[in-house]
Amino acid sequence: MGRFVRSPKDVVTGLLLIFLAAWFAWLGADLPIGRAIRMGPGYFPLVLCGILAALGLIVLLTGLAFRGDVEVDEDARRIAIPWQGMILITVSVVLFGLAVRPLGLGPAIGLAVFISSAASRRFTLVSGAAMAAVMVLFAWAVFVHGLGLPLPMLGPWLGGY
Amino acid sequence: MEIFDHLALGFSVAFTFQNLFYCFLGVLLGTLIGVLPGLGPVPTIAMLLPITFGLPPVAALIMLSGIYYGAQYGGSTTAILINLPGESSSVVTAIDGYQMARQGRAGAALATAALGSFFAGSVATFLLAVFAPPLADVALKFGPPEYFSLMVLGLVASVSLASGSVVKALAMVVLGILLGLSGQDVYTGTPRFTFDLIELADGIEFVALAMGLFGMVEIIRNLEDEHGRSVLVQKVKGLLLTKEDFKRIIAPVLRGTVLGSFLGILPGGGAMLSSFAAYSIEKRVSKYPEQFGKGAIEGVAGPESANNAGAQTSFIPMLTLGIPSNPVMALMIGALIIQGIVPGPNVVNEQPNLFWGLIASMWLGNLMLVILNLPLIGMWVRLLTVPYHILFPLIIGFCCIGVYSVNNNVYDVYAMAAFGVFGYLLVKLDCEPAPLLLGFIIGPMLEEYLRRAMLISRGDPTVFVTRPLSAVMLAMAVLALAVVLLPSVRKKREEAFKE
Repeated sequence: MGRFVRSPKDVVTGLLLIFLAAWFAWLGADLPIGRAIRMGPGYFPLVLCGILAALGLIVLLTGLAFRGDVEVDEDARRIAIPWQGMILITVSVVLFGLAVRPLGLGPAIGLAVFISSAASRRFTLVSGAAMAAVMVLFAWAVFVHGLGLPLPMLGPWLGGY
Repeated sequence: MEIFDHLALGFSVAFTFQNLFYCFLGVLLGTLIGVLPGLGPVPTIAMLLPITFGLPPVAALIMLSGIYYGAQYGGSTTAILINLPGESSSVVTAIDGYQMARQGRAGAALATAALGSFFAGSVATFLLAVFAPPLADVALKFGPPEYFSLMVLGLVASVSLASGSVVKALAMVVLGILLGLSGQDVYTGTPRFTFDLIELADGIEFVALAMGLFGMVEIIRNLEDEHGRSVLVQKVKGLLLTKEDFKRIIAPVLRGTVLGSFLGILPGGGAMLSSFAAYSIEKRVSKYPEQFGKGAIEGVAGPESANNAGAQTSFIPMLTLGIPSNPVMALMIGALIIQGIVPGPNVVNEQPNLFWGLIASMWLGNLMLVILNLPLIGMWVRLLTVPYHILFPLIIGFCCIGVYSVNNNVYDVYAMAAFGVFGYLLVKLDCEPAPLLLGFIIGPMLEEYLRRAMLISRGDPTVFVTRPLSAVMLAMAVLALAVVLLPSVRKKREEAFKE
């Protein structure tokens, strides 16, 4: 950091974009490129990676200060992230994915709603459980019974099919 | 007149019991999510996309569009009553609308918003009916180079009209295109960016991307600042406007309608930009500029008409060219594709039922909205007391079921989670996810037309500038980019978005 960085946000963004460009280029490294008249599957992605890297470089450079007296973008320095909420919500979605096949829709959706509700500061065990129950009922009534989606409420681990 | 035959056909489609029902359901849901802060039309439509599988295409589109323009109505209600815009397009309505409510004129403000929106919506729908078919005929004559240039123009224009850093927005578009290219290459069948997973052979699921970037990101954002929403609602009375009110709102409504209709057609335009532009114009031309910010009725009439007109006309490029001008339209294109309809100029001619039925339903929908909003206002206000910590776990639940039911593929669920975290990171870095979604939708088409154009021209890239139409469109794209990057314009633009 220090006096060369004007906006850490822009520096991080620039680096992220350049990294993504390099990553996509690496992922597509084996794709045949072909020539302009008959482009291979690797042609257009490679062009895009070039553009993305160039844009990333521009963002990176705008975030750096080449003269020491440039005022620091104070606003850009403060980044508050609700870690607990973000992690709980992500975990609840991933758990749904893990549970929906073996346990079935009912337990999976109940788990997801219960765990994500813990992301709020006003979470209580009772309210979380109540919401999970409401959602399970609703999912059964609307998605399974009403719309007839082929999703078993109980999976093979719980005696369903 | 041919147009009357078409409209007759449209109304005969829209007036079936099923379509009326889905139209009503759409505007009802739209009003509901418009009233509820923290839940916008994009995540709602993304959540409901999988459900529209089972519906006929007309009913699906009628319902989804109803959600979009219904949200414009609902958003203004909360903006006026509790200074909390339910929708980004109602931000400016809150300025004067809330002041009016504090002076005991909430009824007048609500009536102005509803009537202005209804008038603007009707006019803009008429414009859509008149201008869309000829535009589609022109587009039918486009070759691959023209299409490619048109898409470039659309993407660039949407970036330059959006708020925030242009370079970052462009980067988001490019990233979106790259993500959109994942899956099998159309020409050779070679898998690209699939990590050797069979589940990703069809590419990244659009619904997963949209729900992650908009649904989950919104929730994490709202958790940042979990303040108690104390709702103090004034009693709403006197929904009738006085004669003087009427005189004062006629001109702003007309101006807002014209402005919104025009800005809605532009890529990146739509409801939000229209309302901001309308407010600054009203402030400039008003005879009582000192009243603005203190409860000027013009400050409600202009933006409310403009945002509804813009919401309506943004359907024009989507229906005639197959090019989305904002994320909602990108989702509509997704809905068309799910239904097996190829978006583009052929929709108007090959699917007259769909096209004219949708237009007729917009009229009916706007009428339903006036009825839903004015007499039933009390019911909507009560909904505001639903606390967010009850709302968001249910939204997560809907997102999970919705995304899983598209393909019964758990990888789509994981993709949604990943895009939620990634999207939140982008938002924290001041990169808006909307351009990414546009790039994702347009990406595969862009590549296809590029390859076809190069094949026709035998590998000569000058084809894009030697064909006149294509050259004009590319020149406009360069111009749009140059203009927003000029230092003087850049400053003004930042001011305009701050206002």
